[in-house]
Amino acid sequence: MITNLNILIPEIFLSLSTFSILMIGVFLKKSFNIIFNLSSLIIIVTIAIIISSPNSEEKIFLESFTRDAFSNYFKVLILLSSLFVLNSSKNFIVENKLDKFEYPIIILLSILGMFFMVSSNDLILFYLGLELQSLSLYILASIDRDNLRSTESGIKYFVLSALSSGLLLYGCSLLYGFTGSTNFDLIASQLNKENTGAVFAMVFILVGLAFKVSAVPFHMWTPDVYEGAPTSITSYFAVVPKVAGLALLIKFMFIPFSNILLEWQTIIIFISIASMILGAVAAMVQKNFKRLLAYSSIGHIGYALAGVATGAVSGYESAIVYISIYVIMNIGAFSCLYLLKKDGEYRENISDLSGISKKHPLLAISFLIILFSLAGVPPLGGFFAKFYVFVAVLEREMYTLAIIGLLTTVMSAFYYLKIIKTIYFDDSIIAFEQTKNRTAQISIFASCTILITFFLYPSILNNLVNSLFIS
Amino acid sequence: MIEIGLGHYLSLGAIIFFLGVIGIFLNRKNVIVILMSIELILLAVNINLISFSIFSGDIVGQIFTMLILTVAAAEAAIGLAIIVVYYRNRGSIRVEDIHGMKG
Repeated sequence: MITNLNILIPEIFLSLSTFSILMIGVFLKKSFNIIFNLSSLIIIVTIAIIISSPNSEEKIFLESFTRDAFSNYFKVLILLSSLFVLNSSKNFIVENKLDKFEYPIIILLSILGMFFMVSSNDLILFYLGLELQSLSLYILASIDRDNLRSTESGIKYFVLSALSSGLLLYGCSLLYGFTGSTNFDLIASQLNKENTGAVFAMVFILVGLAFKVSAVPFHMWTPDVYEGAPTSITSYFAVVPKVAGLALLIKFMFIPFSNILLEWQTIIIFISIASMILGAVAAMVQKNFKRLLAYSSIGHIGYALAGVATGAVSGYESAIVYISIYVIMNIGAFSCLYLLKKDGEYRENISDLSGISKKHPLLAISFLIILFSLAGVPPLGGFFAKFYVFVAVLEREMYTLAIIGLLTTVMSAFYYLKIIKTIYFDDSIIAFEQTKNRTAQISIFASCTILITFFLYPSILNNLVNSLFIS
Repeated sequence: MIEIGLGHYLSLGAIIFFLGVIGIFLNRKNVIVILMSIELILLAVNINLISFSIFSGDIVGQIFTMLILTVAAAEAAIGLAIIVVYYRNRGSIRVEDIHGMKG
């Protein structure tokens, strides 16, 4: 019994400390700063606990919860990215009067939900983790409750996300009925191609998961929610739930659906191609930078899904590398938005960036690095991410997918380069305030450094990701 | 007299489920109706799970149902809260009026 609890220590620590700081927040007045620093501390301690715990595979509680290298890697990635997202956005939160003590607590709760998602080995635990994450995200989207756009994005996200949870749940119920179990391993042993009901259930589950990672054709909520929600929340939405969603997609393909890989592959290939094309085409006409990043994230999820669609371990590895680099690029891109302040207001239109290279050369060069990396220009990190995915796709001789991927890469380079043209060659219109937003600057610096120096030591990340599937 | 079997329960579940989905897409009037449609979807899932559970003699399905009921209550509470804050800002919860952002 005690050994069982040892395996759960990161989750136990995270939940107990979240509730403790909730109590502190209730009883202290003006407690945002304390709660914020405490929650950063909690995240750091949880990272330490996970890193110090062994990576051997253990299944506990009727085999419903797994701890292995795969889940540990994703948990650390989730924690690190939320730490950077939270800290780089602190000034933004305070200046936009979002500094309610609930803010970091709800983020911690959504992290707890994602922990259970990536560790689950059972439909029930998986569903509960997913709902804990989504319910927290509904609140986060509408956290600026006196702002029409924030609440509207909350309503849109709520309706569509609840619908997708319903579809996913219907799939879970059919899967339970046709295989007689909710455990992933037992489901895998019961599934085969003749089991049409289970294949039908798989489609429903896939719809729900595709919604969570905002892949086409279930992307309708993404641009509106990204634009409407406060930027600090948008950066969280763009990074952390995507990581957990992709982990789940890989896990579902790896364990319960490993016997019906062909049926599942066809759908993923379609979703991947549609996401890449829509991400490239729709982003061209955008004027709002957050909306543009929404379409760009749809496109990037398409590339990561192309890695998943291969159905081979090398493909999953390339998808994990892709999402890790995507996280680094997006943290950098959103941190840049926190420096675009003029008259106490944060600007988010692309036209506001016009000519900032003259007055803010450092900010302009950071934009240059991050946008080039998003476009996949060598030798930046974004190029290697795409390179590994295409190598994995070509190894499996999926030429259509590779060709469409390369074409959309070129198309999407157009709008990234258009922003760079606006930054460097257009007339200067606005001089932004010189902000002392150290944490955002540190995030930008860290992100740019990793993206530039990635080509020196690509093997570090690769070896780490390779070790996840060896067990 | 026909005997009521698993297929009948599953058909009932499927009908209620699709009523819920159609309710979300055809509804042009009120957000509250969408909330009710979401509840319908979750209840259809519960019918499915319970009938599977009874006919296969496995209790897990009923446990799952209990958990879904709990989550559905939490979801409805949060959904209503969001609708209330939206109404305060916009003065209307008609679905046609929710179009502040487009493109």
